[in-house]
Amino acid sequence: MSSLKARHWRSRVGASASGLTAMVATLFGLVLVTFVIGRAMPVDPVLAIVGDRATPDVVARVRLELGLDRPLLEQFWIYLHHIARGDFGTSVMTGQSVVADVLHFFPATMELATLAILVAVLVGVPLGVLAAARAGSRLDAAVRVISLTGQSTPVFVQALLCLLVFYVKLGIAPGLGQQDIAFDGLVPSVTGALVIDAALDRQWDVFRDALAHLAMPALTLAFVSMSMIVRMTRTFMLDALSGEFVVTAHAKGLSPLRIVWRHAFGNVAGRLTVVIVLAYAGLLEGAVLTETVFGWPGLGQYLTRSLLNADMNAVLGATVVIGTVYVVLNFGADVAYRLLDPRVK
Amino acid sequence: MTTETDMSSQLTTLKTGGWRSWMLTDTPRSRRQATAGMLYRGWLQFSRNRLAMTGFVTLLLMFAVAILAPQLASHDPNVQDLAHRLVAPSALHWLGTDQLGRDLYSRLLYGTRITLGMAVLIVAIVAPLGLLIGSVAGYAGGWIDRILMRVTDIFLAFPKLVLALAFVAALKPGLTSVVAAIALTAWPPYARLARAETMVIRHADFISAIRLTGASPSRIVFRHIMPLCISPVIVRVALDVSGIVLTAAGLGFLGMGAQAPSPEWGAMIASTRGFILEQWWVPTIPGVAIFVASLAFNLLGDGLRDVFDPKSD
Repeated sequence: MSSLKARHWRSRVGASASGLTAMVATLFGLVLVTFVIGRAMPVDPVLAIVGDRATPDVVARVRLELGLDRPLLEQFWIYLHHIARGDFGTSVMTGQSVVADVLHFFPATMELATLAILVAVLVGVPLGVLAAARAGSRLDAAVRVISLTGQSTPVFVQALLCLLVFYVKLGIAPGLGQQDIAFDGLVPSVTGALVIDAALDRQWDVFRDALAHLAMPALTLAFVSMSMIVRMTRTFMLDALSGEFVVTAHAKGLSPLRIVWRHAFGNVAGRLTVVIVLAYAGLLEGAVLTETVFGWPGLGQYLTRSLLNADMNAVLGATVVIGTVYVVLNFGADVAYRLLDPRVK
Repeated sequence: MTTETDMSSQLTTLKTGGWRSWMLTDTPRSRRQATAGMLYRGWLQFSRNRLAMTGFVTLLLMFAVAILAPQLASHDPNVQDLAHRLVAPSALHWLGTDQLGRDLYSRLLYGTRITLGMAVLIVAIVAPLGLLIGSVAGYAGGWIDRILMRVTDIFLAFPKLVLALAFVAALKPGLTSVVAAIALTAWPPYARLARAETMVIRHADFISAIRLTGASPSRIVFRHIMPLCISPVIVRVALDVSGIVLTAAGLGFLGMGAQAPSPEWGAMIASTRGFILEQWWVPTIPGVAIFVASLAFNLLGDGLRDVFDPKSD
C-alpha cells in the first residue's frame, strides 16, 4: 500500500517536472517574442534614447553600445543575458531602470487583483453552488443573467459608469487614484501595497482612505472574474451532482446540505482551483484597462502610458514581467490540479 | 457550406408539408438529404432556445445595420458641426451629437461595420489557421506534433491583452494591427481543439480504409479530417467572438486601435470619456453597443454549444 502510494506521488512529481520544463520553454518563448517585437518596431531605439537632434557620431556610438551592429542571434543572446541579470534597460519616460519602475508599480496591481479575486471567489463560488443545487429555479436564472452580463460588459465602460454613479452622482466613493492627496507620503512604503502599509504603520485614517479608494476598482474587476467563476462552478457542480455517488449519498439519507457541500463540492474543488488561479492571472491583465480608467498607479497604467510614449524598453519589460507572473500562475494551477484531484493521471 | 443552397433548391422542388418529413426521415436517400436533415434538426433544437434565438436575431439585425449603414444613417458620420456640440437626443439627432458636433446615431451605425468587420476578419484568420495546425499535428504525430503543440502551448500561456498591446505598439496603432495582434494571440485554442478531435478520428476505421486506397496524408487531413473538426470549431468561435469584440474595443479605448475620426466604439468612448459628468450618454451609448454585440455573441454561442455539443459545459 505504501509503495503504491509512493509510486503515485512519484508519478505526480514526474508530471510536475515535465510541466516545469514546459514552463521554462514558455518563458523562453515569451522572451523571444518580446525580442522580436522590440526589433520589429518602427521606432528607432537609438533615436528614442538620444533624441532626434543628436549628432551622427553620437547616434553611431549609442548604436555600438546597444550592440545593434551585431548579428540578430548575438543580439538575442545579449538580450537574454541582460534579462537573466534583471536588466531591462532604462525607461525613457521615467528615466529610471525599468526593473525599478516595475517593482514600484507592481504592488498596487497585486493589491487590486488580490482583493478582486477574494471578492470574486467569496461571492462567485457559493452562488454557483446554489445555482447548481437549485438548477432551473429563479435563483439559477438570476445567476445566469448576472454571469452573462459580467462576461459581456466591457470592463472600461463598467468602470466609467461606476465612477459616474458612485463618485459623481451619489458621492459615496472617493475619486481617482490610490489615495487622497492630503495623505500622500504619510506612510513609509514597506510592501508597496498601500492598504497593508497603512495597517502596518497603524495609520488608520490612511488605511480607511486607501481601502475606500481600492473598493471601486477592485469591485469592478471582481465582477468580471466573478461572472466567470460562477459559471464554471455551476457547470462543474451540475456535473458532480448528476454522479451516482450523489444518488448513493441520498439513499443513505444524508442531509442535502452535506451532500452538496461535502460530497459534490469536494469533487469539483480541484478543477475549481485551476479556474480560480487562471482567473487571478487574468485579473493582472484585466487591470490594464481598469487602472487606466481609475487612475490606479499600477503596472497596467505604467504599461499603457509607456505604450503611448513609445517607450519600448518599459513596454517590453512590463510585458515580460506580467507574462512571467501569468505563466508561473498557469504552471501553479496545473500542479495544484494534479495534487488536488487524484483522478488526474 | 454548399448544403444551404442545396437545401433551398431541394425545398422549392418539394411540396410544402412534404419537406418536413423529407427532412426528418430516418432513412435519407442521399448524402445531401442526410446533411440537410441534420442541420434542420439542429435548427429545431436551436430555435427552441429563446435566449439563443434572441442572440441570433440581434446579430442578424446588427449585420443588416452594418451593411445598410449608409442608407440608415441620418448624417455623414464624419461631418463636424461645432455650433451643435454635445446636443441632447432630439428629432434631428436621434442620439445627440458628440464633442465635435457629429451625429452619434450615424457614427454608431458605421461603428457596427468596424466591430463586426474586425470580428469576422479575425475569425476568418484564426479558425482555419488553428484548424490546420491542430489537424496536421494530430495526424502527423511524432516530432511535428511535439513542435507544433509546444509552440501552441507557448502562445496559449501568454497574457493575451498585454501581448496584443505590445504587438500593436510595435506595428503602430491601427485597425490592421489590432486584427493582426488579436489573431496572433487567439489561434491556439483552435489548434488544441482540432488536435484533440484529430487524435480521435485518425484511429477510425474509415481513415484506415482511405489510407489503404492510397490517399495521400494531405488529402486525408484536408478532405477527411478537417471537415469533421468544423462543428466543434464553430461552437468555439461563437463563444470566443464576444471576447474578441471586448478585446478589440479595449484596444480602441486605449488608443491602440482605430484612429480618429474613425467611429470605432472603443475609440469613441475614449475620446468622449471626459464628458461623462455633463453629457453621460455620449460615452455610454457606444458602451451599450459593445455590450449588446458581446452579449448577442455569448447567447448565440451558448445555444450553438447546446446543439452541437450537449455534454460539455
